[in-house]
Amino acid sequence: MTPRTLAIAHTELLILRRNRWLFMATLIMVLFALALTFAGSAPTGSLGVDMLTVSVASMTTLSVYLAPLVALMMSFDAISGDVDRGSLSLLLSYPPNRGEILLGKFLSHLAALSFAMVIGFGTAGALAAWSGGAGVDSLLALARLIATSILLGAVFIALGYAVSSLAGSSTAAAGMSAALWLVFVVLFDLGLLGAVVMDQGGTFTQSIFPWLMVANPADAFRVWNIAASDAVAITSGMTGAATALPSWAAPVSLLIWPIIGLALARIAFGRVDP
Amino acid sequence: MDSTLIIKSVSKFRGKTQVLQDVDLTVAPGERLALLGHNGAGKSTLIKTILGLTSIGRGSIQICGESPGTSAARQRTAFLPESVSFHPALTGREQLTLFARLSGFPADVQGLLDRVGLSDALDRRIGTYSKGMRQRLGLAQVLLGKPKLALLDEPTSGLDPISRQDLYTIIDELAAQGTAVLIASHALTEVEARTDRIAILRKGIKVADNTLSALSAEADLPTRLRISAHSDKIDQLAQQVGGRRINGASFEITCSADQKMDELRRIAALGDAVVDISMTPPRLEDLYRHYSRKD
Repeated sequence: MTPRTLAIAHTELLILRRNRWLFMATLIMVLFALALTFAGSAPTGSLGVDMLTVSVASMTTLSVYLAPLVALMMSFDAISGDVDRGSLSLLLSYPPNRGEILLGKFLSHLAALSFAMVIGFGTAGALAAWSGGAGVDSLLALARLIATSILLGAVFIALGYAVSSLAGSSTAAAGMSAALWLVFVVLFDLGLLGAVVMDQGGTFTQSIFPWLMVANPADAFRVWNIAASDAVAITSGMTGAATALPSWAAPVSLLIWPIIGLALARIAFGRVDP
Repeated sequence: MDSTLIIKSVSKFRGKTQVLQDVDLTVAPGERLALLGHNGAGKSTLIKTILGLTSIGRGSIQICGESPGTSAARQRTAFLPESVSFHPALTGREQLTLFARLSGFPADVQGLLDRVGLSDALDRRIGTYSKGMRQRLGLAQVLLGKPKLALLDEPTSGLDPISRQDLYTIIDELAAQGTAVLIASHALTEVEARTDRIAILRKGIKVADNTLSALSAEADLPTRLRISAHSDKIDQLAQQVGGRRINGASFEITCSADQKMDELRRIAALGDAVVDISMTPPRLEDLYRHYSRKD
């Protein structure tokens, strides 16, 4: 961590605060988390779990979609915006190298995302616990949800930089980010689902499918949160796939992906000829 | 004293087209070099190779003995990109503070912004700045940390005449403190008066590199003499001297620099039929046209 990296991180945070991105991201998280928590609070009695558990299960489903989206919206023009303004060549003529610049931007975007996650899920969790009760297990599940959401966001912040470097302009970067989100969050699952239906319970479904699924960071996020808590698993009705894998598979996938993402971003940024 | 910037037979291809071909160039400390050329002649590419932003196929570049792109070279180099813009959400002070922290030199941000005439706007967002103000902010960051080499790409684009004067005053100060200054420009009349040496690039090849007077002598472009005379005698005079009629009251002759005095004496001897003479020596514009068209 160099002073130059911190200088870039500081300025990027200033920009996120100034153009109200920090506020918007936090507001989105709070509103969606509250809406899901209270709209999805019906099954508490029948399943015999406290309300915070139900809330965490709902918010897990939400976060799969929202964490990558918010992350990509922050990061998609991190490089292409500077290229468009003509300021990237100037930035690169200063002493910091490309790795330091990327790391500085990453730190600030990750901090902003973490803030939005903690406030959003924290508010909804606190309200759920206050109105419907909470236990050690459900509080742990909430903490896990927040931590894994930040990890998932980190993956897509880094992938957003890679897209931003490759796209050449902010408009193209926005389109490519939307495609990236669609592939990881929607199309990948649909493809796997189709394959499982075609396979009709054969070797693919038994041994390959769970690994393929957990290779996608969005699914690894889901599996980790569900497999780690029986109560959340019951509530979400998703147990089969999660139990077919060793318990380390999903955490390892979600912990490795931010590193893969940053490596890809660094390679793509290295190819930018400002 | 050793040159600050030494470029030796640099060539670069972009795809199959050669954008730089065996370019040699040096800039000494305190020297102001104008780099001229058409759009696409390779000026900006040459600057990017000096910054280490793009690789070179052949040749070598040294900035104070360091290779381009190294941390040591970047610390000694200041750069003003062509029509630069900054993040609209930041204020001028915040943007310049970032550059100061990145450069690693303690800087008087307020003083620098005063120096380029932005003291009234330093806490306003860059989004509200005019093009000229953004250019001034870009110039302020050039002055950070007393660079050994300053690379200015079209520094006067978007500036009004007064601002241009200010800009060249600042460039003169930079040169006076020992900075080697390279100015890529289209504004020929400005660099004519404000630089020590002129290099011209044509299609990636350096076609000229010398002082203005040496280039004039080398090109041997004609001086134009315009003679005004009484309208009833003008045809006779024009025939006698061998000039070309321009309108009812004047005609023009051209001569090389060393014949100029002879011609003047000849015209003076014509007596009071001649009302006025104006003399136009070859200007940078003529030289530029001469060198950039030569095949």
